[in-house]
Amino acid sequence: MSAILQGAGATTALSPFNSIDSNKLVPPSRSSLSVRSKRSIVVAGSDGIKSFGSGLITRRSEPLIANAVATKGENAATSTLSKPGHELLLFEALQEGLEEEMDRDPHVCVMGEDVGHYGGSYKVTKGLADKFGDLRVLDTPICENAFTGMGIGAAMTGLRPVIEGMNMGFLLLAFNQISNNCGMLHYTSGGQFTIPVVIRGPGGVGRQLGAEHSQRLESYFQSIPGIQMVACSTPYNAKGLMKAAIRSENPVILFEHVLLYNLKESIPDEEYICNLEEAEMVRPGEHITILTYSRMRYHVMQAAKTLVNKGYDPEVIDIRSLKPFDLHTIGNSVKKTHRVLIVEECMRTGGIGASLTAAINENFHDYLDAPVMCLSSQDVPTPYAGTLEEWTVVQPAQIVTAVEQLCQ
Amino acid sequence: MATAFSPTKLTATVSSLHGSQENRLSLPIRLAPPSSFLGSTRSLSLHSSPKLNHVNVSRRSPVVGVQEVVKQKKPTNSLLITKEEGLELYEDMILGRSFEDMCAQMYYRGKMFGFVHLYNGQEAVSTGFIKLLTKTDSVVSTYRDHVHALSKGVSARAVMSELFGKVTGCCRGQGGSMHMFSKEHNMLGGFAFIGEGIPVATGAAFTSKYKREVLKQNCEDVTVAFFGDGTCNNGQFYECLNMAALWKLPIIFVVENNLWAIGMSHLRATSDPEIWKKGPAFGMPGVHVDGMDVLKVRDVAKEAVTRARRGEGPTLVECETYRFRGHSLADPDELRDAAEKAKYAARDPITALKKYLTENKLANEAELKSIEKKIDELVEEAVEFADASPQPGRSQLLENVFADPKGFGIGPDGRYRCEDPKFTEGTAQV
Repeated sequence: MSAILQGAGATTALSPFNSIDSNKLVPPSRSSLSVRSKRSIVVAGSDGIKSFGSGLITRRSEPLIANAVATKGENAATSTLSKPGHELLLFEALQEGLEEEMDRDPHVCVMGEDVGHYGGSYKVTKGLADKFGDLRVLDTPICENAFTGMGIGAAMTGLRPVIEGMNMGFLLLAFNQISNNCGMLHYTSGGQFTIPVVIRGPGGVGRQLGAEHSQRLESYFQSIPGIQMVACSTPYNAKGLMKAAIRSENPVILFEHVLLYNLKESIPDEEYICNLEEAEMVRPGEHITILTYSRMRYHVMQAAKTLVNKGYDPEVIDIRSLKPFDLHTIGNSVKKTHRVLIVEECMRTGGIGASLTAAINENFHDYLDAPVMCLSSQDVPTPYAGTLEEWTVVQPAQIVTAVEQLCQ
Repeated sequence: MATAFSPTKLTATVSSLHGSQENRLSLPIRLAPPSSFLGSTRSLSLHSSPKLNHVNVSRRSPVVGVQEVVKQKKPTNSLLITKEEGLELYEDMILGRSFEDMCAQMYYRGKMFGFVHLYNGQEAVSTGFIKLLTKTDSVVSTYRDHVHALSKGVSARAVMSELFGKVTGCCRGQGGSMHMFSKEHNMLGGFAFIGEGIPVATGAAFTSKYKREVLKQNCEDVTVAFFGDGTCNNGQFYECLNMAALWKLPIIFVVENNLWAIGMSHLRATSDPEIWKKGPAFGMPGVHVDGMDVLKVRDVAKEAVTRARRGEGPTLVECETYRFRGHSLADPDELRDAAEKAKYAARDPITALKKYLTENKLANEAELKSIEKKIDELVEEAVEFADASPQPGRSQLLENVFADPKGFGIGPDGRYRCEDPKFTEGTAQV
């Protein structure tokens, strides 16, 4: 075990690129690998601020606990960070990305409920209506199906709308437009019309928001051909993915999480984007590959601390691209560790984890020493009661148990 | 703001509505106009008419017989159209009719499959509206879209090839009968689910407004959305009426009320069957027009399009029309009353226009015949072209799924899947 500890202790100097064959890196814009050394996390529920839990990363290296996350963060386009950057919260990072893109291209516009004068129910569009006007930051009436379709029609005729669902769950009302028109029109028109929309909004299980406000729509949308889905989890990748999604000619659904909006992090001052199709290496390791995304990343990192204490060396990858999966990053990891644990917030049945399990089994079966294990939320409408809600979602203790089981 | 055009045949309509339940079910709501096919000899002007029940009495009083017009040698600008316009309208309607008839033939010969919805009988609506539009104006339709595409300028060859599923089709064979798209002609589809095109049309109109007000471009483009009576009970319709009126979008909502949604009579499905009334409820004019009369439709269309171009907002136009065939080629069309069909067959818009042109000496039989012949040849040629065109090859399978094919992701070897030249042939391991 000591070898692993030493390995873990040496992660401070480890470049995140080591575990990936850098010859295979395609365009220089592939600049996704980011790791951060410290964060303070304050999570606000929609009705107030409650602490999320202890910080996930310790600042000091103790003999047994190395930094659970490798400390060096790099942008592939620039080999070193030239400036320390600026600190902000995740929703501010989203706003920054959105504002930069709106400055850059006058065709980019926002539409959704309360995005304008109210500034967005999670403040992502705060101040934008004052700056860009009521038509560019459009307060729509409450008609998701129609305004999503309107955004699609606008995209077909030259604009680049960013459509906000006040809560991702509301987009169930827009399923007709998202599936039939957003996903399919480029194909059924024989490639004549592009639909460069970004559909974004907060989803996931929050703090006792009740079943309907706690939905995970990524599992419902994943089969729609013609769309891409990404999930952001840090201020860095939130801004990067927002910008990349807006610039993409494909329709992209950007999943944010209600509980992550107040994450604080330092991000570069220079402009950057994150690659939409790539996964993010959060913590390189040797023993087991843990694949996760969005909020579960933090549960995994919390479990990783415990695991490292117990002598395990988990490799944690934030898959980020929910559709399509980055099978290169994932595959390289599986080939190294031979064990996979998927930790997701989707329900057991038909979630992203289910698809990912199938994809890994199909592509990397020969490299597995154990069956792929998938930890998902229970198949239940998210209960209101705090205790029940906690048991619905995967908790760090379960992750630790699962890793121990897989690594026997 | 709730102005309305003077409705054309309202009192009789209202009274038949308030008639007995039996009447409502057996008679369609309309009043067959007197036999003259003059259209309106006065242009419908916008005026405030709070009591919509008042019929514009003068509408019917100076029924100037056709003979009188000619005898009095009134200047031709008292006629509704010039000779050129008349011939253009005639040709467009003949094209629509011949094309659809050919579709039926080809379907039964096994050249096209699936759901094919024909437009026979409704040509006046398509021609009446679309021939007033420019190339940069947009049209959005439903599954009954062949003729809308043709009127908008998509070539008969491209539409026929699309129906045959060939690569030369306007959508490369990937769309089919219900998805006619043309970027060049701004035909924004072709939608299979009713109502789902209306928000798209609203979006196109939004882009016009955005170009004008945000991008400061000189954009006067309008959008015309066509849909049926069944769609008018669908939420997306109402949501879009609201948004269009709210933001004064340059859009015209055209209801092709042919009374039947497959086998569901409009009267059995709708609490208030007068669809035009739903316009004023949202703050836009609602107009009812005889959709079997291309000149009347064109008149109303002119007003509505001009309103939209001037930035005054949307209009809801209900066109009373009829489809001579079943809902689709698979529909046995057993529910509709033979008498009803006969009644509308007598009001065939093409026959009516022909009559108008010949009686007003705008064209003679020979000219019209030559148009018909020309169109016949065009349609035949379209079929030959479609027949001769190749079917899509395997490599086309996954093309156009994404505008940016990087969206298929990164494969296990680290390369983007789209970099593999054989990728578009489709593998199970996407």
